[in-house]
Amino acid sequence: MASEKDDYILQMRHIDMFFPGVKALKDVTFNLKKGEIISLMGENGAGKSTLVKVLTGVYHKTNGEITFDGQKIEPTTPLASQEMGISTVYQEVNLCANLSVAENIYIGREPRGALGRIDWHTMQKNASDLLFRELGIDIDVTKELNFYPVAMQQMIAIARAIDTKCKVLILDEPTSSLSDKETERLFKIMRNLKSQGISIIFISHFLEQIYTICDRITVLRDGTYVGEYEIKNLPRIELVSKMMGKEVKEGEIESNVDKSIPRDNIFLETEHVTVPGKVKDLTMDIKSGEVVGFAGLLGSGRSEIAETLFGTLLKTSGNIYIHGTSVSVKTPMDMMKNRIAFCPEDRKVQGIIGDLSVRENIILAMQAKNGMFKHMPRSRQNKLADYYIDLLRIKVSDREQLIKNLSGGNQQKVIIARWLATEPNLLILDEPTRGIDVGTKSEIEALAVSLAKEKGMAVIFISGEMGEMVRTCSRVMVIRDHEKITELNGDEISTAHIMQAIAGDYHGKSC
Amino acid sequence: MENLVKKFTSSSLALPLVALVILLLFNAFFVNDFFKIEVMDNGNLYGRPIDILYRASSLIILALGMTFVIATGGIDISVGAVVAISSATCCVMLGGDISGVPHHPFFIAIIASLCVGVLAGIWNGTLVAKFKIQAMVATLILMTAGRGIAQLMTDGQIITVYYKPFAYIGGNIPGIALPTAMIIALLMICLVLFLDKKTSIGLMIQSVGINANAARYAGIKVTAVLFAVYIFSGFCAGTAGLIEGSLIRAADANNAGLNMEMDAILAVTLGGTLMVGGRYYIGGTIIGAITIQTLTTTMYAIGVSSDRLPAVKAVVILMIIVFQSEKFKEMYRNYKLKHQNNGGSKEASNA
Repeated sequence: MASEKDDYILQMRHIDMFFPGVKALKDVTFNLKKGEIISLMGENGAGKSTLVKVLTGVYHKTNGEITFDGQKIEPTTPLASQEMGISTVYQEVNLCANLSVAENIYIGREPRGALGRIDWHTMQKNASDLLFRELGIDIDVTKELNFYPVAMQQMIAIARAIDTKCKVLILDEPTSSLSDKETERLFKIMRNLKSQGISIIFISHFLEQIYTICDRITVLRDGTYVGEYEIKNLPRIELVSKMMGKEVKEGEIESNVDKSIPRDNIFLETEHVTVPGKVKDLTMDIKSGEVVGFAGLLGSGRSEIAETLFGTLLKTSGNIYIHGTSVSVKTPMDMMKNRIAFCPEDRKVQGIIGDLSVRENIILAMQAKNGMFKHMPRSRQNKLADYYIDLLRIKVSDREQLIKNLSGGNQQKVIIARWLATEPNLLILDEPTRGIDVGTKSEIEALAVSLAKEKGMAVIFISGEMGEMVRTCSRVMVIRDHEKITELNGDEISTAHIMQAIAGDYHGKSC
Repeated sequence: MENLVKKFTSSSLALPLVALVILLLFNAFFVNDFFKIEVMDNGNLYGRPIDILYRASSLIILALGMTFVIATGGIDISVGAVVAISSATCCVMLGGDISGVPHHPFFIAIIASLCVGVLAGIWNGTLVAKFKIQAMVATLILMTAGRGIAQLMTDGQIITVYYKPFAYIGGNIPGIALPTAMIIALLMICLVLFLDKKTSIGLMIQSVGINANAARYAGIKVTAVLFAVYIFSGFCAGTAGLIEGSLIRAADANNAGLNMEMDAILAVTLGGTLMVGGRYYIGGTIIGAITIQTLTTTMYAIGVSSDRLPAVKAVVILMIIVFQSEKFKEMYRNYKLKHQNNGGSKEASNA
């Protein structure tokens, strides 16, 4: 008994957590051994983030006990937890965008010189040493944080967490914005930390990564504890079924998309469209009834093309035609009137209006389009909201629930509902499944396909996950360095071909 | 019944209303005939409750405009100065002839004052919406310059207006029992409630206040919304300027509307609207403004001298704000929960 206790660095028992009106965690157990990497798995809304926040003192548990390092603890604030040795890197980078990299790493514990003055020189030197030593990154640490891309910011957040002497490191979706190479680098660091006896809680939606790096898995579902498993005893398909609470067959996730090219009904065309530094001389067309994928690496310009089509980025030259007529675009409203809808990439910053209800979030775009004096009566708003909540199976307690209290997947569905309500002819989905559980993910993929096939809508699907593109798209445009380099059609579309095209080795049958 | 109580206590209006009721109860006990309303010889209503509402009118009007501005995450600290400009405009237009003959027709003077308010709003709106200057800084410019502008208009003199009808705005129109200022405030409240309930401007304002970026991606014209709220705030200040000018029948560039912007901001916060923007509460704002005025009237009634008034006022307002704060509510909830748990465990041990 005693030896078992020694084994565990952290034990959480019978954890309950209530939010007003909602039971977010119910009798959850969580055990973490010294020097292991464990994964916390569950669909969106299963309670992973809540459990982590209880552990780090962001939320205060209603019931239950936590033993850390042999002692009972009551996490009060994130800072207190950090001082005990529990560090966290959250899903969204939570650093200060307009401070320098060095300041971000050492904020709150700056090296001091004489008279308590901040020793900038040492701070900068330590920061760049730390980044280089631990992560192999060589950057200018005096630059502001938002000078660097999100992936780099994520690495900096990890560096900060590692540097505070921690015993338990929590990584909440750290890889969702990292490239394969960066992820590999992160894994190397994680293994290194593990060998030093640090325990890591790794939360990720990528099964591949979980099976590469983790020793054990704890599964949660709907705020309850499902079980704890050694990774080698749990085949993937069983893990997925435990997360979803139902049996899943391998084929169900793969959808069989009809790859036939739809009737020639061009909805939108672009001709030499250019946005300096963002989009280079883009000529393409989108047909009604097809799902077109934009494939490319992060930062390749795939989102910028979408923004140009929606009017949040303005072209400096070239033409955009809708149904063959040239349109002028000055604001997103111009494109909304042309029945174009856009679900942006960053759900939290560009999508949700956190403190508004699900109902208000759903009617927002439609109301904006109608103008403020054509106010929809409340009964109609309710009907519309209920219709989409039902249609997209959005999990809410009722339509007046604040959207910020929903899980990521459900927030995404609300944003999609917002745009479906405007009855678009072209729906642009930019990374609609990022950070979303497997179940919701396949629902959204299936939705994109059915909107195109059944409603005749044109859909642009942007994703960094090749498999998803292969499953949903009937045509894929490959973007590299802000330029469309090739198009893949029908049977050509495969993960291998897309990868080769991005790398520049495949030019497609059509070119 | 229990449901109703629950509904009330969880509503955003509960706390401001309770604060006001407590103040009124205090008055009921300590001030003689506080709630007595009399009909004067000339048919006008008279009494402390009427007095409070009447004196609160211009504050309510300013606070209504301020509510929308604050809901977008902004602030308009120039309204006090705009009140001065507006009242100066009206007085200058009417002129200070002892004969009581106005230089320009009364209605033109009124329209000019309102236009000046709107103009001030356009100025603020341009700086905030178009040039993206922080609202505090942008409106600070007019706050400091405004009284200077009013001084220039009146040539540094206090212009006293002898034209009789001018006094009607701040007093009573002959034959109408309610003070005109109250009627104007009522009309403004109706206008704002109409905008809130029958148009989507409220949804747009709140969206901009909560997440301007996401609002833009949803097709909302953020610049236009910002512009509109500052113009409306300017219009409100113009209206309040007419009332303030009429009350003293003069243009006093130095004192008209002095510190009223702070009272207006306070009224909005007392009403439960957060300074960071987002959800706003029209009802709360109105109650907040009335609370502030009730407090002043109460203090006078129990004999606190006007130079000590701000200190007493500050203490009471501090209390209201602390009781309303999220942290205090949380502490109260935890206290209640612990109490219940203790009670529960005692019972269990008894059993």
